[in-house]
Amino acid sequence: MINNKFFGRRRSEPARSVPPGQYLEDGFPVLSAGPTPRVDTATWDFSIEISGAMIGTWSWDSLNALPQTDIHTDIHCVTKWSKQDTDWRGVTIDTLLEDAGVDSPTGFVLADCDGGYTTNVPAADVIDGKGLLVHTYNGEPLTPEHGGPVRLFIPHLYLWKSAKWIRSLKFMDEDVPGFWERYGYHMYGDPWREQRYTND
Amino acid sequence: MVNTDPVRDWQIATVTSVHVETPRVKLFRLELPANTRFRAGQYFDVRLTAPDGYQAQRSYSVSSSPSDPSMIELAIELISDGEMSAYFHEFVELGDQIELRGPIGGHFTLSQNFIQPLLLIAGGTGLAPVISMLRQRQSVETTAPTVLMFSTRTEADILFREELMQLSEQDTNFHLVITLTRSASGEIPMETYFENRRIDRPMIDSAINLLGNVPARAYICGGSGFVETIGNHLLDIGMRHDDVRTERFGP
Ligand SMILES: Cc1cc2nc3c(=O)[nH]c(=O)nc-3n(C[C@H](O)[C@H](O)[C@H](O)COP(=O)(O)OP(=O)(O)OC[C@H]3O[C@@H](n4cnc5c(N)ncnc54)[C@H](O)[C@@H]3O)c2cc1C
Repeated sequence: MINNKFFGRRRSEPARSVPPGQYLEDGFPVLSAGPTPRVDTATWDFSIEISGAMIGTWSWDSLNALPQTDIHTDIHCVTKWSKQDTDWRGVTIDTLLEDAGVDSPTGFVLADCDGGYTTNVPAADVIDGKGLLVHTYNGEPLTPEHGGPVRLFIPHLYLWKSAKWIRSLKFMDEDVPGFWERYGYHMYGDPWREQRYTND
Repeated sequence: MVNTDPVRDWQIATVTSVHVETPRVKLFRLELPANTRFRAGQYFDVRLTAPDGYQAQRSYSVSSSPSDPSMIELAIELISDGEMSAYFHEFVELGDQIELRGPIGGHFTLSQNFIQPLLLIAGGTGLAPVISMLRQRQSVETTAPTVLMFSTRTEADILFREELMQLSEQDTNFHLVITLTRSASGEIPMETYFENRRIDRPMIDSAINLLGNVPARAYICGGSGFVETIGNHLLDIGMRHDDVRTERFGP
């Protein structure tokens, strides 16, 4: 359907194309379902479970002692904004699995967070360098409203999959819907296929 | 009849009224192509398409009551240079067709069966989903104590003013606090429910006093900074994370 008098503002011409339905945002809007939880790095820890068995736990200091990875990428939020050329630092999930001495799991993974937030993705989408735990954004410590001290980061999917205030990853055989997924958001969430809501 | 899924499929709605609510906000009533049940607090995605195929999408909360599933009302604030809001303010008129899909959203929603003490806090057009909750409250006639704290710039920017005042006069379990953030104390109206500063801890404490206790649930809607600050206050007074529901409209 065409809106005859609509021409669009098309303010900044994207350096690269953005996924369908997205527009470029210079700021960094916040999307969270609730208030920002208080997370103290002194007591924070992160754990990985595979099929119900705990395979490793990391403190803030032990996470920072692992090899760090820098990535430069674009991010896409389901609320329609995209942001290009963002810089993040953190630890890949591969590094954590290697540190725990386990092979890469298959199946699915459910991320659990402070504040009760959860989200699900296929295991394949967090390994082979695709998923990280990040603590630094554009050279600064990640602020609480953007998920600090540590958030999951899976930039090839809509940003709600990059769970803020991450505390654990649970690898399992079934794909269990997380917080937004139970409310009708897409189980996978690929921005390039515009998978916003169930059945998109 | 074709079976369509209103959340997934784009629908064409028809504008049945345009009302200038305040200097910056217009209310648009849209008749839906088929009755669509929604929950108070949910939003719709709106899509505009230019003649050359260029598209823009934005989300807008429903301000009307879920009791009428045949239409939705949207309260759209004019953002200077805004791609979609400026189009709505400049061009959208009675009889126009608008493409949308929804309802969307599940956490920032209020069930009509919720009968516990409730704190609603809205900044600017953040009042849209919140007034839907209040309109639902009125239609189901609950007596649960409810406080609305509404923060807006000046007296001219008060959305749904008559309706809110009427509600607070008729319903003894509903308390209204309107705070004007850009008015000097001499300029604020004389009625008791006016304040003239940003919502702060003392203002929240007095809302809790009106409720008699820390509420079972709070809903905060508005700009990101507004939601962030007030969310922090509510955690400080001991509310559980899950009992504080938020919707962030933008920067
Ligand atoms: C779930 C949800 C519900 C929403 N409900 C409503 C609603 O009921 N009523 C309503 O008016 N808006 C609502 N919004 C905001 C709306 O989706 C748009 O972001 C807003 O109308 C601006 O879009 P635009 O195309 O006019 O401006 P754009 O062209 O996107 O932006 C122009 C400039 O304004 C800034 N900007 C964008 N949004 C805002 C904002 N909200 N406040 C201040 N500056 C802004 C941008 O950063 C940019 O610099 C909602 C947003 C969400 C995520």
